[in-house]
Amino acid sequence: MPNTKRTRLVASTIAVALGATALAACGSSDSDSEAESGPVSLTYWTWTPGMDKVVDLWNKGPGKKDRITVTVKKQASGDTLVTKILTAHKAGQAPDLVQAEYQALPTLVSNDAVADIAGEVGDAKDKFADGVWQQTTLGTDAVYAVPQDIGPMMFYYREDLFKQYGLKVPATWEEFAETARALKKKAPDKDLTTFSANDSGLFAGLAQQAGAKWWTTSGEKWKVGIDDAASQKVAKFWGDLVKEGAVDNQPMYTPAWNKALNTGKQIAWVSAVWAPGTLTTAAPDTKGKWAMAPLPQWSDSANVTGSWGGSSTAVTTDSDHKAAAAKFAAWLNTDGDALNALAKESGIYPASTSAQLSGAFTTPPDYFSNQVDFYKTAAEIAETTAPSAWGPNVNVAYTTFKDAFGEAAKNKSDFAAALKTMQDDTVADLKKQGFEVSE
Amino acid sequence: MTSARRKPYGVKGAPYAFLIPATVLFLLFFALPIGYAIWLSFRKVKVSGLGLGSGARREVWAGLENYTAALTDSELVNGALRVLGYGCIVVPVMLGLALLFALMLDSDKVRFAPFTRLAIFLPYAIPGVVAALLWGFLYLPDVSPFYFVLDRLGLPQPDLLDGGPLYLALSNIAVWGGTGFNMIVIYTSLQAIPAEVHEAAKLDGATPLQIALKIKIPMVAPSLVLTFFFSIIATLQVFNEPTTLKPLTNSVSTTWSPLMKVYQDAFGKGDIYAAAAQATIIALATLLLSFGFLRAANRRQKQEAAR
Repeated sequence: MPNTKRTRLVASTIAVALGATALAACGSSDSDSEAESGPVSLTYWTWTPGMDKVVDLWNKGPGKKDRITVTVKKQASGDTLVTKILTAHKAGQAPDLVQAEYQALPTLVSNDAVADIAGEVGDAKDKFADGVWQQTTLGTDAVYAVPQDIGPMMFYYREDLFKQYGLKVPATWEEFAETARALKKKAPDKDLTTFSANDSGLFAGLAQQAGAKWWTTSGEKWKVGIDDAASQKVAKFWGDLVKEGAVDNQPMYTPAWNKALNTGKQIAWVSAVWAPGTLTTAAPDTKGKWAMAPLPQWSDSANVTGSWGGSSTAVTTDSDHKAAAAKFAAWLNTDGDALNALAKESGIYPASTSAQLSGAFTTPPDYFSNQVDFYKTAAEIAETTAPSAWGPNVNVAYTTFKDAFGEAAKNKSDFAAALKTMQDDTVADLKKQGFEVSE
Repeated sequence: MTSARRKPYGVKGAPYAFLIPATVLFLLFFALPIGYAIWLSFRKVKVSGLGLGSGARREVWAGLENYTAALTDSELVNGALRVLGYGCIVVPVMLGLALLFALMLDSDKVRFAPFTRLAIFLPYAIPGVVAALLWGFLYLPDVSPFYFVLDRLGLPQPDLLDGGPLYLALSNIAVWGGTGFNMIVIYTSLQAIPAEVHEAAKLDGATPLQIALKIKIPMVAPSLVLTFFFSIIATLQVFNEPTTLKPLTNSVSTTWSPLMKVYQDAFGKGDIYAAAAQATIIALATLLLSFGFLRAANRRQKQEAAR
């Protein structure tokens, strides 16, 4: 009877499977207790390239000792991952660890998707600049993530073309505007840079430098300050430049933009510390001709920058092994070997202050081999980063920015009106969700 | 086992047994998600206090709130109008070209018919996103070979990614990609017209043009109705082309078409409830429009048949 044999095989397979489930169930119920025992395996959602190699270091080193194995699941970056995490969390299926941009943390916290790991990683606080650490606590006693990389903003320019046109590196925004006009006079078909409406992080960083605080709390109420004086100043500054045609109004990251940078049609870029990577692919022919300087300031005496980009490692509330996950998150972002590997394999600029001047960061990036002190200057600029103030619906503000400022840039119309739209939509969304908003 | 199947109740039950897999799949992966989306469209999120910490966010009943919000949202209406303008270009041009090509391929004098047919059909095989990217590069003045030629010839270089020309640019992508498919549908039904009909017309002295206008087109009317029906649905659901062109220009907003707004609300703003309500409205509108058209077309055909 061939059938019996098969039935028995099926039955035993099911038995084995059930046994495994039972074992797994035992494992997960045990792990809630403080003392972790037995092997733990964690899943980590990240978009950082080369992260699997960095995680290998953990799995073969400290992870092996503690019997904590981490598996990397590569994800799409930024906003789409936030949505995916929230959806997974709704089903109770979020991975143990996730990469999250700083501005996404309030959204994740407000959805109860990331766990407070103050007890496990609180000691790491002194490894980071205060302004960076504050973004992971949201100003509370809790700690929702460990900072991984940061994006202090800087001014990039074509050293050779600045010399050719007799331009000086602008120290203030006023000088920046004059530089843009001077270039237009000397070479009408060239632009100093462009005002791009397709990355909200750039404008948010510029507003942050000017002192804007977009989300603040008082008591149980949120206050939205997108339309505050500092942001208005920034919006008006760029709106005027676009209107008079001193800078271009086309978006970044397009083939046309790449070409403009590569051929010297645009000769400067307000960007962040990660710019060398972007320039390497966007403008390969101009390697070694660019230089980096601090961002122009709003007054002669000021020395402050904004941040554009940067992310952290968070532990989810769905994780059955929060302590183990927090241990890995702390190792990944504070351990010397891990940070060196992150710099080498993933090309990130570390949030950890001690790592900013060691290992990979003792020599300039390949694209900037002409600027020997690139990372020394970068570390000095990073120290001047203004505090940021994110809220629970950054995604809404960012989306509105793209449409409102895209429209205003295209029509060369009033940027102040676009800023007002951004403020109104953000407040309306908060109210719709039921948040208390103070006017 | 085999003897059991011969019993009468086994025979009676068999069709139902065969239906079970399909029914289960239909319920699980079609009816259930639609039902869930409709359920979500009547819900909303309610936050208390600062919204930080666990339990601060609850899902509550919203009634028709999401629907009234969607219907009074000017962006959704504007998106629908934009898509209407886009459809007014795409549908006639695409179907007109498809019919023209099909008639030409069907005529006796055509050479290299199989090759030409394949060449016209080929763009349909290219994924919409790839096609939109490709055309997007061709539309960008700084990288497009067309602009290079125009520049050399000293001709004006229109900005195709702004204002009215943007509609032409978007329509062009859809026409380029969709003509081949519609042509094949029409061509197939042209081939099905019996040869004696052509011959009779020819013997009566009808010119090729007359045969095309008076015989062929009326006889393929059902396929024209079908392709029109498909094109309306595709137009109402336009998403790929504007989404792909969006990063290249300031002129395409994140809510350019109604479906883009649904996507934006669900995945950009994280408001799946509003997105579900909008999606339901778009589905209903599509259903009404397309079936309304089908009924009207059927009625006309019946009237003509009765004549």
